[in-house]
Amino acid sequence: MDKPVNNRAWFLVLPVLVIVAFSAVIPLMTVVNYSVQDTFGNNQFFWNGLGWFQDVLESDRIRAALGRQLLFSAIILAIEIPLGIFIALNMPKRGFWASLVLVLMALPLLIPWNVVGTIWQVFGRVDIGLLGHTLAMLGIDYNYVNDPWDAWATIIVMDVWHWTSLVALLCYAGLQSIPDAYYQAARIDQASRWGVFRYIELPKMQGVLLIAVLLRFMDSFMIYTEPFVVTGGGPGNATTFLSIDLVKMAIGQFDLGPAAAFSLIYFLVILLISWVFYTVMTAQRDRT
Amino acid sequence: MTLELRGVTKQVAGQHWIHATDLVLAPGSMNVLLGPTLSGKTTLMRLMAGLDQPTTGHIHWQGQDVTGRRVQDRGVAMVYQQFINYPSMTVYDNIASPLRLQRVARAEIDRRVRETAAMMRLTPMLDRRPLELSGGQQQRTALARALVKGAGLVLLDEPLANLDYKLREELRAEIPRIFEASGAIFVYATTEPEEALLLGGNTATLWQGRVTQFGPTPQVYRRPQDAVTARVFSDPPMNFKPVQVSGGEAVLDGTRWLVDVPDGRYVAGFRAPHLTLDPGAGTVGLSARLDATEITGAETYLHLRHGEDRWVGLVPGVRDLPAGAALTVWLDPAHVYLFDEGGRLARAAPYAQAA
Amino acid sequence: MAQITFDNLAHSYLPAPKADTDWALKPMSLTWRDGGAYALLGSSGCGKTTLLNIISGLLHPSQGRVLFGDRDVTDLPTAERNIAQVFQFPVVYDTMSVRENLAFPLKNRGLPSDQIAARVDAVARMIGMTDTLDRRARGLTADAKQKISLGRGMVRQDVNAILFDEPLTVIDPQMKWELRTQLKALHREFGHTMIYVTHDQTEALTFADEVVVMSEGRVVQAGTPQSLFDAPAHTFVGYFIGSPGMNLLDAQVQGATALVAGTAIPLGAPYAARHGRVQIGIRPDAVRPATEGLPFRLIRAEDVGHHRILRGEVAGAPFNLVIPEDEPIPASFDRVALDPARIGVFVDDWRIDPLERAA
Repeated sequence: MDKPVNNRAWFLVLPVLVIVAFSAVIPLMTVVNYSVQDTFGNNQFFWNGLGWFQDVLESDRIRAALGRQLLFSAIILAIEIPLGIFIALNMPKRGFWASLVLVLMALPLLIPWNVVGTIWQVFGRVDIGLLGHTLAMLGIDYNYVNDPWDAWATIIVMDVWHWTSLVALLCYAGLQSIPDAYYQAARIDQASRWGVFRYIELPKMQGVLLIAVLLRFMDSFMIYTEPFVVTGGGPGNATTFLSIDLVKMAIGQFDLGPAAAFSLIYFLVILLISWVFYTVMTAQRDRT
Repeated sequence: MTLELRGVTKQVAGQHWIHATDLVLAPGSMNVLLGPTLSGKTTLMRLMAGLDQPTTGHIHWQGQDVTGRRVQDRGVAMVYQQFINYPSMTVYDNIASPLRLQRVARAEIDRRVRETAAMMRLTPMLDRRPLELSGGQQQRTALARALVKGAGLVLLDEPLANLDYKLREELRAEIPRIFEASGAIFVYATTEPEEALLLGGNTATLWQGRVTQFGPTPQVYRRPQDAVTARVFSDPPMNFKPVQVSGGEAVLDGTRWLVDVPDGRYVAGFRAPHLTLDPGAGTVGLSARLDATEITGAETYLHLRHGEDRWVGLVPGVRDLPAGAALTVWLDPAHVYLFDEGGRLARAAPYAQAA
Repeated sequence: MAQITFDNLAHSYLPAPKADTDWALKPMSLTWRDGGAYALLGSSGCGKTTLLNIISGLLHPSQGRVLFGDRDVTDLPTAERNIAQVFQFPVVYDTMSVRENLAFPLKNRGLPSDQIAARVDAVARMIGMTDTLDRRARGLTADAKQKISLGRGMVRQDVNAILFDEPLTVIDPQMKWELRTQLKALHREFGHTMIYVTHDQTEALTFADEVVVMSEGRVVQAGTPQSLFDAPAHTFVGYFIGSPGMNLLDAQVQGATALVAGTAIPLGAPYAARHGRVQIGIRPDAVRPATEGLPFRLIRAEDVGHHRILRGEVAGAPFNLVIPEDEPIPASFDRVALDPARIGVFVDDWRIDPLERAA
């Protein structure tokens, strides 16, 4: 029997495969290469097996950074997701105000990471920053350079300011796709505001919420630039997150082997947690 | 120009969407695919167009095997349920677009666009944009775009389903005229038996991915090969009742009539308009209970229960009867089809044999 | 439950309507009795949805009042009007079971749970969904979902009215019969006032005791299905009701005779002479092929099963005949005969009554 399927079409995908190979697969393999060998420069490598991995997993410093990282992501998700939903629910649905609000909401997303960091670094300074100075004038002892609590608070507020819009915009898109008839039916059924949210808006937002949670988790788990600019990981190691620690290790100390092993473990952790989120949330959706 | 399907099947994820189908569509014929939602009408059309490839079997066009040939090279046109036009182009440019793609000369384009627009009664709207038009005019534009190509095969997938009832009625009356003028093979999918009857031509009835019968429309309607075809091609639904035939007589509700089939168990089938409230020559009486009446202005639908079976009757005039009442309805045995226990037609209704 | 009154009601989507066409709903007054079944019939853009939205409280009319019983509800929001509505596309709460869906309006109103359970069971039995009560609503077929919407409308006993907005649009023809029967049965059983909006004449006529035909924002005629069919008040109703619609021919009417393109046609009664465009109208089923009478040119015959439609022309105007299945059609004919009793006379599109016959 002659098959009508034409396999030549696969050639069209070839350029993409080549680009992906160069941009992702080859660097990744280099990292794998480093992670199992030791080097003293001069391009001399010695087989080290899984030694680096063992070191990384047993390192107190990295465990502490992982703990901080998990806490940070948890706080970010706990604030940004509900806040984003809340904002989306209260955004105007159509007309001039809707457009204006959309533009305003999109603004923080357009600012490069390091600029966000710099803005907040200056904003929070006690001597010249608007925020820091105002707090000092009000008699609040705020100093993100010395106080770990203040440093955390600053970075969290900064991230919320930077990224809640993303969650809000995604949810807004989800809400816009709900036909008016649903709201009308709910009014006729005398559903409470909570009922409308629980039985109409939330189920219809599930798809976009999944995307929002995944994006915000991955981004916050990999956060680097902003805390690097604002606090540089300090005071002490208070805001040294995994990525900052990794860079310190790779570039500051030039420990390429452990850094490579660290990167791979980091990558697997993100993959694992994202998979868990995805599975739990889609299972939730299919069950209901 | 003949379109031929030879042993075409389509499986998706291990499920049979289309069972083995042989179909020959004659040159310049109108062919209706009639069946409920998900019966396979759209799948079959996509196979005919070349948008999908059959799992097995071949499609021949003008005697040539075109299985696997790209849809762009097949010379087909398709119109969908949604009114699909280019919103930023005028009606003129919309109709001209397929010809421009074919690099037809400018003067020739103008001539054909105006000719097609005149046929579709769109001449006054040529400079407007689709969204400024009514639904009926938008769908006419889509139809014109399909026809202007001069494609040998025009596929219409429930093209009137999104239109208002009255517009649908008007366009439906026009489609046979348009079809005759085009000379192409038309394939028209619909869920409505009445639409199939109005379009005439040939009808293929579909049920769960199977073409149950294909033939001239009135013949499929009056001589369905099996109970499934009869059910698909009846609106209101055909009424059914098991009957026992013994000694050349069918027995139903204690009334008997002569039938020329071997003794055994059968299912009698008859359509709604053939039930009457008044006895006529040769009619048999059946006692039923009235669930509801619906008045259309000129006729009355009777929603009946006969034992466990639901029946629908359609009688002329306005008959306002109390719901829940027991009443006798009359049936002329000349209008009764008999199906055997496997659902095959055992005997067509005598009136249809005469016709 | 209550009688519904529209008192000089009108609506425009413009802030300061001036021209006649600025009104989406032109001034109208109507009274609908408690427990009746009504239909709003017209093509898209005729104002039927505007009127429905005014009844449900989504729109505040530009002028006039809406009364439920003696109570003016014009300014009341939807939730306080105590109505139910079934929409074009099934609206169900996806994450709830069928039972929870049906119970939802009652729960929100704080009914005791034993009453809710009893009511839900009764409605589930009526819509034939007792077996699927504990299924999730998501993943059910369109007609099952539409039955749930219907059930949610029925579950409250005290509603003033149930509104239906083209509820059978997404339902297969075969299922429409079942749902329509159920709707009839529910109306009979529970006696709610029902208002059904549609462009489909069959649905409107079969559902309603009284059909309100609308065109271009105006109520053209309100009457029983039979009166709309037999005595349309306007040529639009004649055209819109019946399929094919009424045949209309330009004519000169003199007493009890109409002259159409030089042929005299007897009318059932004498009419006074009138100025304006005079037309006679006749239903396609009141015309028969004949050997003498009005000249007719046959273009196409369509077999529609239990009748046949003969499409043709009289004096250049389209003219159709409907012939029952069992009635033979002459092999060739070029004349048609009109039943005098069923000819209507229209002046400038409005039907006029014949002169009172001298006693």
